[in-house]
Amino acid sequence: MSIPGQEKQWDKEEKEHRKYNDVRIFDDNQLNNYTEDELKNYKCKHDISQLEQLESGPWPSFVSDLKREAVHRHKVGQDNLMIPADIVDDLLGIVELSYKERETHWKHGGIVGVLGYGGGIVGRYNDQQAKFPNIAHFHTIRVAQPGAKFYTTDYLRAFSDIAEYRGSGLTNLHGSTGDMVILGSFSEQLEPLFFDLTHDLGVDLGGSGGNLRTPSDCIGKARCEFACYDTMALCYDLTMTYQDELHRPAFPYKFKFKFDGCPNCCIASIARADMSYIGTWKDDIRINQDAVQEYAAGKIPPDGGGFAGRDWGKFDIQAEVINLCPTQCMKWDGKKISINNAECNRCMHCIDVMPEALRVGKDQGLSILFGAKAPILEGAQMSCMTIPFMYANAPYTSIKGVVTKVFDWWTEEGKNRERVGETIQRVSLKKFCEVLGIPPMPQMVTAPRANPYVFFKEEEVPGGFARDIDDYRSRHPR
Amino acid sequence: MSKGKLGYFNPQKPQENRITDIGPCHYGQMLPPVIRRNYGKWASHRILEPGLLVHVSETGEKAFTVRAAAARIMSVEHIREICDIADKHCNGYVRFTTRNNIEFITDSEEKAKALKKELDSRKHVGGSFKFPTGGTGMGMTNIVHTQGWIHCHTPATDASGPVKAVADVLFDEFKNMRLPAKLRIALACCLNMCGAVHCSDIALLGYHRKPPAIDHEVLGKVCEIPLVVASCPLYAIKPITTEDGKKSVSVNIEKCMYCGNCYTMCLALPLSDGPGDGVAILAGGKVSNRLSPPKFSKVIVPILPNNTPRWPEVTDVVKKMVEIWAKEANKYERLGDWAERIGWERFFEKMGLPFTHHLVDDYRLAVDTFRTSTQFKFTEHAWAVSKAVGGI
Repeated sequence: MSIPGQEKQWDKEEKEHRKYNDVRIFDDNQLNNYTEDELKNYKCKHDISQLEQLESGPWPSFVSDLKREAVHRHKVGQDNLMIPADIVDDLLGIVELSYKERETHWKHGGIVGVLGYGGGIVGRYNDQQAKFPNIAHFHTIRVAQPGAKFYTTDYLRAFSDIAEYRGSGLTNLHGSTGDMVILGSFSEQLEPLFFDLTHDLGVDLGGSGGNLRTPSDCIGKARCEFACYDTMALCYDLTMTYQDELHRPAFPYKFKFKFDGCPNCCIASIARADMSYIGTWKDDIRINQDAVQEYAAGKIPPDGGGFAGRDWGKFDIQAEVINLCPTQCMKWDGKKISINNAECNRCMHCIDVMPEALRVGKDQGLSILFGAKAPILEGAQMSCMTIPFMYANAPYTSIKGVVTKVFDWWTEEGKNRERVGETIQRVSLKKFCEVLGIPPMPQMVTAPRANPYVFFKEEEVPGGFARDIDDYRSRHPR
Repeated sequence: MSKGKLGYFNPQKPQENRITDIGPCHYGQMLPPVIRRNYGKWASHRILEPGLLVHVSETGEKAFTVRAAAARIMSVEHIREICDIADKHCNGYVRFTTRNNIEFITDSEEKAKALKKELDSRKHVGGSFKFPTGGTGMGMTNIVHTQGWIHCHTPATDASGPVKAVADVLFDEFKNMRLPAKLRIALACCLNMCGAVHCSDIALLGYHRKPPAIDHEVLGKVCEIPLVVASCPLYAIKPITTEDGKKSVSVNIEKCMYCGNCYTMCLALPLSDGPGDGVAILAGGKVSNRLSPPKFSKVIVPILPNNTPRWPEVTDVVKKMVEIWAKEANKYERLGDWAERIGWERFFEKMGLPFTHHLVDDYRLAVDTFRTSTQFKFTEHAWAVSKAVGGI
């Protein structure tokens, strides 16, 4: 919890931590109230024959899971639920209708929310209210997830009770952006639900609409040797710093921060984030030559054993590492690996292949790239390398300085529903560099421009842009 | 927690006791002790078997992680079962990955293997696994996806259903690590793309194929017409006054690419159309910088029908593509790296997919995708062109 002094509210390693029992809604009898036979014998009140076909096959079936929630809600009973006990039955029914007609039955939007916030809740109503009255409302509540999605079971059980009591009992773990998503609440339950979340869980809503979306991070230094900065610490700090931007939409469109600890990009920041923070290093890859020997001798499997399901033959450092290196900066003499680190572009391949012999450098920080987005509207864009290296040490003053410049400029300059990548494309990367107060660098482009249509600045041209036709004609008569 | 209709909330004094801007719960309190002790000290890792990882710390301590799949839409009953397992084996700690897998972390290999066995033994009464372990190394991991017909207003296909169908077909690739490289599949139910499907090895994309229907009766009342006109990237929308005097818009059908941006701005322009909507397949993207830079997925099949409940046409293409790539690619070659090495003409030949007019870009910067060299391979596609002009 971010209320000062209560950051360890749920910490099981602390003596006085909050437990599920302190805040639970349902008792044990209510939680264990159905048998496997009742589950097998469940008959939805609507025909759901197509959906039931999706219960077969090995992959976890969402239909089987939904049926379980339907049974549980029936047994808990309407008296103990603030949302219709039959909400899941009606949801199954309307999805089956979509399977038959192959069209959605959810209506366009609807402005709902909690007082003082402009985001975090997405309104949803169906267009078959007479047939499916129990899902007349089906609002989505985005709840801010903890860093790298680590949980204690006390916390998750408490979350589950709220999501079942004041929601449909269905969730997304997690939404695409990273939030814990409570599905299927009704308008009048939103304020009580928000009060429960903030008071008892110690958690806030996430973002939606034209605001900072809930930032998300990879597992970082919590359990990864590749992480070049503390993704969870930076993600948390910036999330707290920009709470106002997250809850109260003041931007032209959505804005996403994502934090990847290394260029492997597990959180896909380079494809999804308007501002992508990607860990990197600027000294030398650390080499353990003894371990290299063990890889060469076949004693350690490549890629941590990730290829073990097929016989790929004997591991060959020359063919699989040295020759594949995109910058050809590595050598192997049969005994030792050497790396010309100045020429390395830190693609991670050699480190991914031999994580026990090669490690990322020690002088670590992050690169910042801007502008990724999905196709709507100008076409998909990936983030553009803009700031090659920054140290990422608390309190992150320099990084926040960059964020402030971008927010100020884009809020002013961006058009309605224009992502920052599109604004940069429209106004130019050159202008964006000026906004950030940085010089251009060749690392920003795959190649210099091929067309010569350069906009010069007036002060770059001798005599400026003002022309005198009489002066010209004094040399060149008509 | 509070009970009753209003709980802690007092509508007479809505500001009373309101807590705001507290953000997420601090991650520090959610970390298992083995993670806390070794935070920032990890030295290396190994995958002991599919679904079981060990991370080794500089302190010599080890963290064992068991990874299991999950459907992204998840009931609280399922979450409670996850909690029961985490209480029993992991002292009450659990985490989720970016790709919707569940990870259980323990401090001993023995505990991890017992846990893995238990996870693989649990099944829904319908027959499917609840927590199949896998998703590591050179295999398929969980398919990230969007909402679809379960509760989105703009989808051109469902999400959970086709994902289940594809994952069933590729289940062995989740359980094994026998592919040439990682396989990342994603589904977005319309081109708003709530997920990052545009940089996936295989991306399934719901796609509308008809211009919006226009609800002239209400459009002028419920939408801001200038905003609607401005929303169209191809300038296909014009303001009009209908014959009976209503303010509305017209859509130039020749220009419309069915992107739905107008519908996002105006509910009187719905796009969904049962027979028209379907699924496009894109391939060859990635987000990792490993070996080659990140790249976009490319459209390889413009549209396949929404044949519920199993989308057989979609699963057939995906399965075939994975099989051919698995057989022919070099070790370490992602699907897109392989397609680029052999050439997209060879890719289409091997896949037996038609190369149709839909696949040649005609949007912004299309010229960047035109091949401006004499370096190509002869396939039937090439002979067809030569024959068409009487060249052979």
